[in-house]
Amino acid sequence: MPYDYQPFPYVAPPGLSRPEPRHRVVIVGAGPIGLAMALELANHGVESVIIDDNDVVSVGSRAICWSKRSLEILDRLGVGERAVEKGVTWKVGRTFHRDAEVFNFDLLPEEGHKMPAFVNLQQYYVEQYLVEAVQANDLIDLRFKNKVTGIEQNADFARVEVETPDGTYSLEAEYLIACDGARSPVRGMMGLEFDGELFEERFLIADIEMKADTPPERWFWFEPTFHTGQSALLHKQPDNIYRIDLQLGWDADPEEERKPEHVIPRIEKVVGHSDFKLDWVSVYTFQCRRLQRFVHDRVIFVGDSAHVVSPFGARGGNGGLQDVDNLGWKLAAVLEGSAETVLLETYDTERIHGTDENIMNSSRSTKFMTPADGAERLFRDQVLALAAKAPFARSWVNSGRLSIPCVYPSHGNDDPAMPRASRPGTVAPDAPLGNDWLLSQLGGRLVLLVLGAELDNIDGAEIIRPEVTDTIRRRYLGSEQRAIYLIRPDQVVAARWPYTDKTAIERAIADIWRGA
Amino acid sequence: MSHLLDTPNLTDHDGFYAELLAAHKGLSEPESHALNAQLVLILANHIGDRQVLSEALVLARKV
Repeated sequence: MPYDYQPFPYVAPPGLSRPEPRHRVVIVGAGPIGLAMALELANHGVESVIIDDNDVVSVGSRAICWSKRSLEILDRLGVGERAVEKGVTWKVGRTFHRDAEVFNFDLLPEEGHKMPAFVNLQQYYVEQYLVEAVQANDLIDLRFKNKVTGIEQNADFARVEVETPDGTYSLEAEYLIACDGARSPVRGMMGLEFDGELFEERFLIADIEMKADTPPERWFWFEPTFHTGQSALLHKQPDNIYRIDLQLGWDADPEEERKPEHVIPRIEKVVGHSDFKLDWVSVYTFQCRRLQRFVHDRVIFVGDSAHVVSPFGARGGNGGLQDVDNLGWKLAAVLEGSAETVLLETYDTERIHGTDENIMNSSRSTKFMTPADGAERLFRDQVLALAAKAPFARSWVNSGRLSIPCVYPSHGNDDPAMPRASRPGTVAPDAPLGNDWLLSQLGGRLVLLVLGAELDNIDGAEIIRPEVTDTIRRRYLGSEQRAIYLIRPDQVVAARWPYTDKTAIERAIADIWRGA
Repeated sequence: MSHLLDTPNLTDHDGFYAELLAAHKGLSEPESHALNAQLVLILANHIGDRQVLSEALVLARKV
């Protein structure tokens, strides 16, 4: 069943009849990132207004692969379980050359995590769930058919001009967050430009509805016989919808290729029959680009408005949710006055670090998938040839390195006897805790996770003392007998000690709020 | 991590050189390029040391 698009009601905003008081936060764009941003801020007690020029969820499946970290973030926002329930859970990817499998990967080979490695779920469902959560939240005012037409920055606030079906009005906010996507009008109005690479390649992307009995796996082909010399990708989504991506080459005419009379014969060759319905088609090019800075005084860029990557690594939507995760608690603390604005600088540095890792991985995958003539193509073809005869070359076959959270650079105290996977800068690994999960217990607060150690109460941090199960021992203690972990509100490990004292912990907590 | 050896390390280098040429015998130029590319990849994996490989690339690019 294709998705039933229902327009959301437009309500005339109060600003049309009288000036509105200055808001704390105005978010531009009600896509998954803008909606998640508002919910994350609300979790920290911050009110916001979201404005969007449209009144319907995303047309077409668009972002479909939601990573484990994204699901954990969505869970904190109240829609993670719903996304998993509706979505297609997968963790195995298979890569084929011509018609033989050359490589496969398992993204989550171990048990003991609440969220799976990946869930495929059309962006329109994620947006629908988030809109419903936003509408049930008293701290968020979501306004459809409100389009930004102008922006102005002042010393301590930003002002936007907004156009509605009933006329124009202006809105002021202490901070304006631009979540208005890859073609961000806010970015354009501020005269900011992306730096980076544009790849000369076009892909056709299509959602088709068909009944099939394929396993929930990601399948990628190099030079398949059904699409000679090019690449192809197949993903399973809920509602019997399949996503197919086909490489077209740079010379392809996007307008022509979008027409059903061209798309349908191509899909017939992929699936081997014509018993399917075309649901949505688009043609895209590859880009790996970002803004030089994400924070511009009172305007902050989050998600695709700040950075775009080529697909096949699921690093667009997931990267955006990680931006939200990083910014929410910092902006809330700055607005509350419990941290200086310098803390927002760490959103810039940390997310640029994450973005550059995403861009690096996506650029490498893109070069492997669409090599330029000469040495790039020579080595790509020889890796594929070697993969058929030498095991080492199989993992060199790069059909996309899928999104995992980056490790932030950290000066936090570390102990090398504890596991690397939970070192300072990493997202705290999940673990089962009775009927609950560790990450649910951490929530969105500053936490001291105390494992088999003694510790008195400390101001400004919640203490959690879970039972030291085998899983917790494996993920947090390593060869130590005890540990104290200081964990930031975005569940990133800030520091860890086998032994420490109150002063050292208080200093580490102060460092978090100082952005040190 | 160790450093690239750029001093003699292979005793029968004349023998290996002859074997390398023999492996290319009868190949077209594109086939020779393909063989060389595979050799680079196979040896890189065998060496297994990123530092050594980076130094080898620098040496090869040096004019």
